[in-house]
Amino acid sequence: MIMKKLRSLPLVLFLLFSVNTLFAQEVKTLLQQVKAKYDKVNDYTATGKMKTNVIFIKAPVATVKVYYKRPDKLKIKNESGISFIPKGSANVNMNNVLGLSDYEAVDGGTEKISGITCRVVKIFPLSDEESITRSTLYIDEAKLLVMKSVISTKENGTYELLMSYKQYAEWGLPDKVELSFNTRDYKLPKGVTIDYDNGSGKDKPEDLKNKKGKVEIVYSSYIINKGVPDSVFN
Amino acid sequence: MSEVIRVKQLSKDFGDFRAVDALSFTVGQGQVYGFLGQNGAGKSTTIRMLLTLIEPTEGEIEIFGMNLRKHRREILRQTGAIIEKPDLYKYLTAKENLRIFSRLSGVKVTDKQIMDQLDLVGLTGRAESKVKTYSQGMKQRLGLAAALIHNPGLIILDEPTNGLDPQGIADMRNLILHLSRDLGKTLLVSSHLLSEMEMIADHMIIIHKGRKVVEGVVEELLNPEKAMVELVTMDMPGTLDILKQSDWSAFLKDSINGTLRLEMNKSSIPRLNRDLVEKGIDVQSLRPMNTLEDYFLSLTKA
Amino acid sequence: MFIDLLKIELFKIFKRPRTFIAFGAIAVIILLVQFALKVNGKDFVQFYTDSQADTFDIPYEKILNGYFVCVAVLHMILIHVPLLVALIAGDMISGEAGLGTLRLIAGKPVTRTQLILAKFTASTIYVILLLVWMAVFALLGSMLIFGTEDLVVFRETDMHIMKSGDVLWRFFAAFIFAALALTTIAAMALMFSVFSENSLGPIVATVCVVIVFTIVQQLRVPVFEETVNPWSFTTHMLGWKGFFYVDKNAEGATINGSVENPGSLVRSGLILAGYIILFLLISIRTFNKKDILS
Repeated sequence: MIMKKLRSLPLVLFLLFSVNTLFAQEVKTLLQQVKAKYDKVNDYTATGKMKTNVIFIKAPVATVKVYYKRPDKLKIKNESGISFIPKGSANVNMNNVLGLSDYEAVDGGTEKISGITCRVVKIFPLSDEESITRSTLYIDEAKLLVMKSVISTKENGTYELLMSYKQYAEWGLPDKVELSFNTRDYKLPKGVTIDYDNGSGKDKPEDLKNKKGKVEIVYSSYIINKGVPDSVFN
Repeated sequence: MSEVIRVKQLSKDFGDFRAVDALSFTVGQGQVYGFLGQNGAGKSTTIRMLLTLIEPTEGEIEIFGMNLRKHRREILRQTGAIIEKPDLYKYLTAKENLRIFSRLSGVKVTDKQIMDQLDLVGLTGRAESKVKTYSQGMKQRLGLAAALIHNPGLIILDEPTNGLDPQGIADMRNLILHLSRDLGKTLLVSSHLLSEMEMIADHMIIIHKGRKVVEGVVEELLNPEKAMVELVTMDMPGTLDILKQSDWSAFLKDSINGTLRLEMNKSSIPRLNRDLVEKGIDVQSLRPMNTLEDYFLSLTKA
Repeated sequence: MFIDLLKIELFKIFKRPRTFIAFGAIAVIILLVQFALKVNGKDFVQFYTDSQADTFDIPYEKILNGYFVCVAVLHMILIHVPLLVALIAGDMISGEAGLGTLRLIAGKPVTRTQLILAKFTASTIYVILLLVWMAVFALLGSMLIFGTEDLVVFRETDMHIMKSGDVLWRFFAAFIFAALALTTIAAMALMFSVFSENSLGPIVATVCVVIVFTIVQQLRVPVFEETVNPWSFTTHMLGWKGFFYVDKNAEGATINGSVENPGSLVRSGLILAGYIILFLLISIRTFNKKDILS
């Protein structure tokens, strides 16, 4: 009996490997299909409203311009005011992940994001020179859209992007992006600012322990493939 | 003659120290009233009470027939004063100082009026100079100008000749006489110099340790026929009773260090001696002080 | 009569060279700070933002604008201006006593209450003129040199960003509040002045009181924070900064034209006004009863 089972082991392993490979092939194909869709956009200039939700930053809703140029140039600018733009905002550009040449992709099953069943694809860059260490994409297979991505970077921690699509979905361009990121403690030495005590600091138990920040950009318009000068990315 | 100043039982205590003690006097319209006493006698304290700088502990003050407490503003509008060394605003010019003090007195004066006032005190050429460049004598004169700028009816001068040279003293004296005789002002002038009082005052009060010692017409007080007589007997209480019940009571002044003092003609001294002896009083000493100056100096030694 | 008194007091204040030392000192300090920030402003901003440089792109040039420089200048200067105010207000009665002019003016047909109120009003006008001067140099000057942008204000535990169109009214309100705060100092210095016959005492006393209460406030000792700080006028004098703390909505975005916890500013203003009234009443009562012996 045992011997019978042992004789079938190589077949099982082969089948498993084949299925795995098949699945890996499938997710890679999926990724290439998504990339092909996103590659329709060479460049864009988008206008949007950016909300900053970081415990120690009180900022107004800012009107921002987002400039993109394939493959890896993305800049968010507040041209009419001051905003603290998270460094991870560069990851709004999906090409950072989709454009990887040497990577391993693993099927992570499915998960519902914003009510849509998404394929979970885990990506592991194989080159040490990449700034990204790993990434997880949640892809709407039917529409070939990345609904959510979680990106871990070498230098700037982990970012989580949640996208929603409406009128620019065919281009793979979201109408709303929520970017979540880790923050560092903000605290100045005592006596430097000599603040006015207006009683506002007393009822904040979460205080600086909340180490996550969030930025939400709601796009109002895109100008697609009309050219973007390199100077805006300086 | 109407009264300009009427002081009744005026007293001032600083803690346990009584600086002015039941002082009463009156100053008539147009008089130059001398206020004499050694340093620390209570002259400046009294003057400060007249100007409401100090609150009296007891007593009443009437000026121009009005109660000082109730009619302070009306009274002080008509009063000008120099108190001790006149210190004005050193960083301002004479003109600016006079303009300020006239405004404070409720009077707006023209440039011409200011210049007239400076002319009166001999400071015309220094009208635009800052007071810090003035000598003490010039400051004294400017202080007088400040006291006169609003044309007051009553002028109170506390030691007006302090710091002045002989010419300055003479000028001040002449000015005081001019204000009184020619302009009809009423002046209360305090000093510790009897010689000065003799020359300018027509009425005088001498105070010592806050109390009135003598008051009267200067001419009479300085009458060589008159003297302050010191009386010592073997029975002082009995002597006092006898004097109070007789005509001699009008001459009785005070008792200092166990000695009775009477102000009387020297020619009446024998009669006083006789009256006391007839009433059984053994007179130990009956000594006239020669002049008011002797009397004033004796106070200093006492 | 009160107007005449007030004119006289203002005339005397502005005839003294020391008055202009204050204006000159403020101008020099502001120009020095502006020069320093023009040359080395980025380092200054980095001091506040260093901890976030890895997480955010910091727009240093934009942050270092005229509004930011003005707030920085006010932070530095308004700690020291109480001394300049005390120099004038603390001299009001004691200076006259020392000069020997108090006996002259008190013997005039003006009430002592009128004198105190005129001197207090003159001190307040001086404070306002000082602040207008400061506004010209610190605000207008900085706007001209550094331009205008959104304003970033750094607090100990957070930073507030205000749109450029939402800034000027805050400065206006802050200057008005600072006038109230400095008037409190003037009233206290005037009160000390009534008790003294030389100017140095009231000026030193005023500055010492401000320093002591500021130190107590900064020590963050719980017993002081519960008992002294809520009523200390130095706590409430900082209220001008409160106009630069913006309120936010539930989503964390600031609300244009808003101020965080405006009730606290009203309370601070009322407490300062209360102190002014208290100091004035003590001054009037004491001065009315005082024997003027100088």
